Amino acid sequence: MALLQISEPGQAPDPHQRRIAVGIDLGTTHSLVAAVRNGVAECLPDTEGRVILPSVVRYLPQGGRQIGHEALAQQINDPGNTIASVKRLMGRGLADVSQPGKLPYALVDAPGMVRVRTIDGEKTPVEVSAEILATLRYRAEDTFNDDLYGAVITVPAYFDDAQRQATKDAAQLAGLNVLRLINEPTAAAIAYGLDNASEGIYAVYDLGGGTFDISILRLSKGVFEVIATGGDSALGGDDYDRALAEWMLTEAGLTADTPEDQARIMAEAREAKEALSIEEIVTAELELSSGAVDLSLNRDQFEAWTATLTVRTMTAVRKVLRDARLTVDEVQGVVMVGGSTRMPVIRRTVGEFFGRAPLTNLNPDEVVALGAAIQANQLAGNNPSGDLLLLDVIPLSLGIETMGGLVERIVPRNQTIPTAMAQDFTTYKDGQTALALHVVQGERDLVADCRSLARFELRGIPPMAAGAARIRVTFTIDADGLLQVGAREQGSGVEASITVKPSYGLGDEQIARMLQESFSTAQEDMRARALVEARVEADRMLMATRTALAADGDLLSTEERNALDGLMAALETIRTQDEAAVIDAATEALAKGTEAFAAMRMNRGIQQALAGKNIAAV
Amino acid sequence: MNLQSDDFELFGLPQQFTQDRAAIDARWKDLQREAHPDKFAAQGAAAQRVAMQWSVRINEAYQRLKDPLRRAAYLCELHGAPVNAENNTAMPAEFLMQQMEWREALDDAQDIPALDTLNDEVGRSRKGLLQRCELLLDQAKDYTGAVAQVRALMFIERFARDIEARYDKMESRLG
Repeated sequence: MALLQISEPGQAPDPHQRRIAVGIDLGTTHSLVAAVRNGVAECLPDTEGRVILPSVVRYLPQGGRQIGHEALAQQINDPGNTIASVKRLMGRGLADVSQPGKLPYALVDAPGMVRVRTIDGEKTPVEVSAEILATLRYRAEDTFNDDLYGAVITVPAYFDDAQRQATKDAAQLAGLNVLRLINEPTAAAIAYGLDNASEGIYAVYDLGGGTFDISILRLSKGVFEVIATGGDSALGGDDYDRALAEWMLTEAGLTADTPEDQARIMAEAREAKEALSIEEIVTAELELSSGAVDLSLNRDQFEAWTATLTVRTMTAVRKVLRDARLTVDEVQGVVMVGGSTRMPVIRRTVGEFFGRAPLTNLNPDEVVALGAAIQANQLAGNNPSGDLLLLDVIPLSLGIETMGGLVERIVPRNQTIPTAMAQDFTTYKDGQTALALHVVQGERDLVADCRSLARFELRGIPPMAAGAARIRVTFTIDADGLLQVGAREQGSGVEASITVKPSYGLGDEQIARMLQESFSTAQEDMRARALVEARVEADRMLMATRTALAADGDLLSTEERNALDGLMAALETIRTQDEAAVIDAATEALAKGTEAFAAMRMNRGIQQALAGKNIAAV
Repeated sequence: MNLQSDDFELFGLPQQFTQDRAAIDARWKDLQREAHPDKFAAQGAAAQRVAMQWSVRINEAYQRLKDPLRRAAYLCELHGAPVNAENNTAMPAEFLMQQMEWREALDDAQDIPALDTLNDEVGRSRKGLLQRCELLLDQAKDYTGAVAQVRALMFIERFARDIEARYDKMESRLG
């Protein structure tokens, strides 16, 4: 593949000055990578000038694979080994997948997550997604002729914890440093908001290939505050294709008997759907093993046949407005995101509901990646004066199973993240020394109707009478929307905690093994990469500390200052060694050593924020 | 100021029930601008951990300050009159009667207009209780007296959630 050197002549891309950070939209039907170049976010094209990468991976015998356009071109010939729409399987068990028999490839139930059977063995959805992400990573690295500092990956706002964790695992497997997972509608809002300098309340209607999100945001002076979010993580353009395919088969009096037939009818349906967005009437030529028929389709028929899907999205829209405690009139604009919003019926229905024409001036396929790139650029520290701030929420309530299979909600949906919330529980038997905790996500009251995320036990509770123990269960959700759960018996101080690598997630060891097997195969490569990463991390830490000292060094006593200088000098020396682990240890020592200083700086920052306000208010 | 400061101190607001919601919102954003982990993404692990702690604390305070019911309960607690909602569910008979009437009305509601009527009535009742809270907390400084209002408000809030659930059910049936 040709290497494109994009930097201006004489402006060597110095990794210390400019970090290459990208935004990646990992979509159901296609994926994109974007970056901020010369102050403008743009999608990066492949060597043929195409920005869209079809999210399709074809597995060949003996470990070969085709990714993107090449794989898509073979979908009809080799449907069993050509994996499309894998996003729908992320973090899902077989029981969660609707109509697995209708997929052209075979699914295998496995503990944790469903797998796909291919000629090259069983593949997890995480591995398949990692192939797509790695392809985009290489594209970005070739574009900049440099290593990536990190990436912001977008996920549907309505993704639950298992789906988010699976996405992060896939990125890790593709060798990406995940700066943040952000929600697709929020990313779109960034791209739109900054582009149009908008203020006020906006709705983002995001109908992609396989997921539907509706988010309500308040935009003010660079702050993107998500007020409420809702949707359906299994509703998208694919479903319109499927509905149309069924209708076409019925009309034609044909059946799709083989995987090839199924792939063919789906491709025909999709083509017809896209054509119907432009034309009122189109003709489809069906050639299946059960016969060949030419069909004429018109837009009205299509819209009637798929009306239940459109209505489902509007039910979610009404619900999210109620969650946000807002009326339709208070919404100042509606942003359309996702290729499926090209369907005229969607634009018309949404426009009629909100009483205003939706905003469509940015390309609905690209807008999510562009917003992610803007956020990535800021997180990498390339835009120190930027005042972009995202205040996002969790989409679904989190809770614990209690007696009788009921859910005790601990974190309600639409809470701003990061957040930590706690609730006290107690033992129900005399002398009970252990408590089993079952973490679930969802809005229903019965555990059976919610998604099971993790189970763990708190052991070693001192024997007490029933109801005497006080066990505080704390849910902590970080800025990526990922959950950690801790339990502590308040009297004895016995503790247990779990990072919710849900039953559907992959263990760290599994990831490490898969990393070794699939990418950067040679052991030497891995070591070299680890060493480079350790040095980059050490430099990052040293630079961050120097910047902090220059700004707020006066907060430290001479003694504290000397201790920090000592740690920095040690790291400077050690970073030249060849052992990644040794460098990492010295970096962590400096990180630990600066913790108190970081707290003092934060205090000063907060005080100044308030002081400035109080004076201004007088 | 530190992580242990009370919510009002943290937000630089007077310790009272009456608050300007716009001021709370603005202060929340100012504070998050300083403390959010995204601001420290390129500054190492120590800064990230501190930022996470502060950001969580600021969000916690914001949730309590912006919701009048939670703000009232918090003020009672700060003044040594905890609400203890779990252990203390005794309510005046009159109030319980009204609750029962509302429950029946909710069970009987067959359409959205019927729900709207009930919802409006509950909203008015909530507003009245909040006004009494304001008098008791900010003027009479009668925190024990305010606790009773807060507990009544908690009942109403639970009922409002049930109304909400009915709206959801009806809407999805319509859809």
